Order: sequence, then C-alpha cells, then structure tokens
Amino acid sequence: MQLFQNRTIRTIFRKRALYFMMIPGLAFFFVFNYMPMYGAVIAFKNYSIKKGILGSPWAEPVFKYFIQFFKSPYCITVLKNTLIISLMKLVTTVPFAVFFAVAMTEVPSVRFRKMVQTVMYLPHFLSWIIVYGIVYAMLSETRGILNMLIKDITGHTVNFLSSSSTFRPLLVATDLWKETGWNAIIYMAAIIGIDTSLYEAARVDGASRLQMIWHITLPGIRSVIIITLLLKTGSILDAGFDQVYVMYNPQVMSVGDIIDTWVYRTGLAQWNFSLATAVGLFKSVIGTILLVSLNGLARRWGESLW
Amino acid sequence: MGGIAVVSNNVLSRSDKAFNAVLYLILAIAFLLCLLPLLYVVSVSITPYSEVLKNGGFILIPKRITFEAYQIFWEDGHMLSAYGVTIFITVVGTALNIILTLLLAYPLSKRNLPGQSFFMLYVLFTMLFSGGVIPKYLIVKNLGLIDSVWSLIFPIAIAPYNVILMRTFFRALPDELFEASLIDGAGETRTLFKIAIPLALPSIMTNVMFYGVMHWNTFMSALLYITDQDKQPLQVLLYGILKGSEMVDSVDYTAPTETLKMTAVVLTALPIIIVYPFIQKYFTSGMLVGAIKG
Repeated sequence: MQLFQNRTIRTIFRKRALYFMMIPGLAFFFVFNYMPMYGAVIAFKNYSIKKGILGSPWAEPVFKYFIQFFKSPYCITVLKNTLIISLMKLVTTVPFAVFFAVAMTEVPSVRFRKMVQTVMYLPHFLSWIIVYGIVYAMLSETRGILNMLIKDITGHTVNFLSSSSTFRPLLVATDLWKETGWNAIIYMAAIIGIDTSLYEAARVDGASRLQMIWHITLPGIRSVIIITLLLKTGSILDAGFDQVYVMYNPQVMSVGDIIDTWVYRTGLAQWNFSLATAVGLFKSVIGTILLVSLNGLARRWGESLW
Repeated sequence: MGGIAVVSNNVLSRSDKAFNAVLYLILAIAFLLCLLPLLYVVSVSITPYSEVLKNGGFILIPKRITFEAYQIFWEDGHMLSAYGVTIFITVVGTALNIILTLLLAYPLSKRNLPGQSFFMLYVLFTMLFSGGVIPKYLIVKNLGLIDSVWSLIFPIAIAPYNVILMRTFFRALPDELFEASLIDGAGETRTLFKIAIPLALPSIMTNVMFYGVMHWNTFMSALLYITDQDKQPLQVLLYGILKGSEMVDSVDYTAPTETLKMTAVVLTALPIIIVYPFIQKYFTSGMLVGAIKG
C-alpha cells in the first residue's frame, strides 16, 4: 500500500507538467460554472446587492421565492409555454431531420446532394437575430413579401409576427428552417454506417426502395433516433432563449413567454435576483434529473449519452 | 446474383424513376426555401426602395443597384464600432478557447494519469447542472467585468463539449507516438506542441469553427453584461435596428428604413457566409464519404 502510494505520487510528480497544463481550463470552469452553482444559494436568501451573496439574510421561510413563484399566475403560463413550445419542436425536428437524411442519402446525384446540403447547413450558423431579420422580410404585415402576395390575392394581410395564434407555429417553423439540415447530419452518418449487403440482399429479393427505407434504413438508425430524442427530452425546459427573445412582443406574451425569458426579465429588468435565481435553479434541477434518468434509460437500451 | 444487382442498377424501373423524381423535387424545394430568403434580403439591401415597392416586393435580381444604405452604415460609425467589438471577441475569444481547450483536453486524454477521471467528471458535471443565469451574472458583476469586452470572452472561455471533442481526438491517436517522443527525452509540454498539436490540426479547426461562430453570434451575454450602447457587439446592434424601428413601422413609409434593416442583416451575416465555404469541409469531410449505397 505504502509502495503503491509512493508510486502514484511519483507518477504525479513526473507528470506534473500535465497537471499544470490543466490549471487554466479548470480555473475558468471553477469561476464561471462552479461559483455560480454556489451563488445559486441566493434563491434561499433575501439577496441585496449591498450585502452580497454571503451577507444577505436567509429568506423566511427558506423556500419563500419558490412558493412565491408557484403561487403566482405567471407560473402556469411560463411552464406551459415552455413545455408546449419544446414539445412542438421535439415532435417536428426529429422526423424532419430523419426525412431529409433519408432523402439526401437516397438521391442518386452526388453533386445535387452536395449542393442541397451546402445550402441547408448554412442557416445553422446564422444567429437568431439574423433569422428574425429574414423572417421579418418574409412575413412582416406591412412589408413582408409573403404578406404582399397574400394581399394581392385576398385583399387583406395576415399578422404572422404578433398574433397569439401564429406565434408558436412561427417558432417551430423557423426552428425547422434553421436546424433541419444540420440535424440531419447525424442521421446521415448513421445511415452511411448501415451494412450495404443488407440493401443488396433486399434488392435481390425484389424489395422496392420504399420497402428498403422502411425495413432497413429506419431500423438501422433506430438507436440514434432514440438517443437524440432522449437528449432533446432532457433539455425540454430549454425552449430557446435567443429565438423567443428576438421574436416575442407584448401581443404574444401569453403564448410565448418561456422560463428563460421570464427569468431574464425578472432578474435584469426588475432586479428581483432571488426570485429569478429560484426559478432558474428549479429549471436546472429538473433538467439535471431528466438528463440523468434519461441516460439511465438509454443505458438500459445499450446506448449512453456520455 | 451479382448480375441481377448490376442489371437493376443500370436499368431504372419506372417506379424507381418516379421515386427519384419525387426525391429531386422535395430536395429542390428545401434548397430554394433555404436559399431564396437569403437572396431576397441581399437584393432588398442593394435595390432602391422605390423599385422594391414598384415590383410589389418581388425583386430577386435587382435591375438598379445602390449601395446607399451600406454607405450610411459606413459613415454612421455605430456599425463599425460594433464590428470592432465582435471581431475582437471572435479573434481573441477563439484563440483563448483553443489554448484552454488544448491544455485541458490533452492531459485528460491520458488514460493512466492519476486523477484523470475525477477531472473529467469535474468538466462533465458543468454540462449536467448549472447555477443559472442570474448567479453567473452576479459573479461577472463581482469581478468588475460589467461593460467590459472581457465579460463576453471569459464566461465562455472554455466549453465542456469541445473539451470532450478534443480529448476523443487525442485518444484516437496511437499511444506509441507519444511514448516514442517521451523516450526521446522530450517533456510532456514539448510532446504536446511538437507531436499532438500538429496531428490534431483538423480537430483544432473544427473547434475553431464552433467557437468562432459562437462568438460571432454572441447575443444573450451581451444583453446581460453590456449596458453601454457603444460597446455592444454586432448582434445586439442588429436587434436594436430591427426591433427599435418597428415602432415607427406604421408612422413613416419612407424608403430607407426597410433597406437599412436588410442591409444591417446582410452586414451581420456576411462574414459568416464568406467563411462558410472554408469551414464547411470540417464538418462534412469524412462524414459523408461513400454515401452512395449499392
């Protein structure tokens, strides 16, 4: 035992350069990831800027701000919006991405496929505010090209950007526009990994291409689909701050306000740090529980998220 | 048996032809859906607005071109200073990202390094749980970084996902390479710089791409940490241009507002679109080779 420990210490000493290398990275993680975890204690305190994180008195009762949130009317609105928007995205993004991955790998012309891919991946790299600019150019009630077209045909315009009935579909549609190409990459990689002899055998048996997609391609990427679905379910409370923040406006608040935008406004606009932190902490804890338990589920199916 | 396969490869059946036609059609629609809005925005930005209205909004290839709106931004100065901030955080931020990521990922890739799995867990845990936006804001504030460009760089100076990416890459390199270098008397630091980094260049470029785009698109952290209008990065300026003038939407109908908005969109997106062809190979290369089946 003594000898072993000495050997470990000697290894550590011999490899000290490796440990020194890690210090800067670990330090940044400590300051900007671990210190905020500790800072989250203000969810249980009456935080005041003057007294700081340590000096602020404990809230009475300790769960005061959690209770305040759950009893408030916006709690239901914000939670409901977050879940509905996330679920709407969840059930559309994966099928769309799988569909395009299959279409791209089935199309015979490699040059055509590459051209389509190049253009479909591009929106992923654009920020949400740029996408909003594009959406505005398309859908704005007074100047949007689509509305000009609608007006030419029907004589009136459609309020796409600030009506509560179109806001959630708008979020889903723009998310699909931006991310479908990018999301398809992982499924394409999985399809390419499928044993080609399966297709040859099926062809000899006279299977049609649709039959091959249904019986070989889709089952072949099933585990990847399950993993991505679980991963997305794990982050179901992230409905997308940037996207919602740049697109929402007072008219759609009732259907568009999500946890993240609410936390931002409560903390940074109303300076209610403790309440905002409590809600953020609630979201983090649920998110962690979801991720860990879903990974457990995935592991049981023989695939792990990490 | 092989003969049948060859025949069915060369002579397409009618249903095969129909199937291909549907594929081409769907992908062509997706292609246009992604491309046309981008082209439209560019066209509006360089077309005199009277021309846009005359054509009922439909201008894809402008007949008359004006760079008036671009000139306005050039002379105004706000756009230039926002460009300055964004370019600074992109270049300096990405450089810091790469240095920190390499220095952490390399030791973590060593399987027999004592404590390696503990440090890995330390990194992974930050992906699982976060203290939230507000506590992070308070840390940044307590460090005196509010209204400093460094508030846009330091809090995202290293990302766990990229550490994992880099570590996986290092692990895939043959151990013998490193052993040989160490036996030759080179230290770990020398080995990292002389052996590991040159070999990891493709992976480093992938990380440069991810980090670089992240910095260019910085939005939320600037909303949080930058209150001084003159220090805002490009994305926040664009937000102000697009949203701020929305209020005057119904009041004035003079040409340039629309043109200015679209010009601001183009100016913000342009650098990404310019470097896009160069970075594209880092996420498609290797991944899609041999995509054609049968």
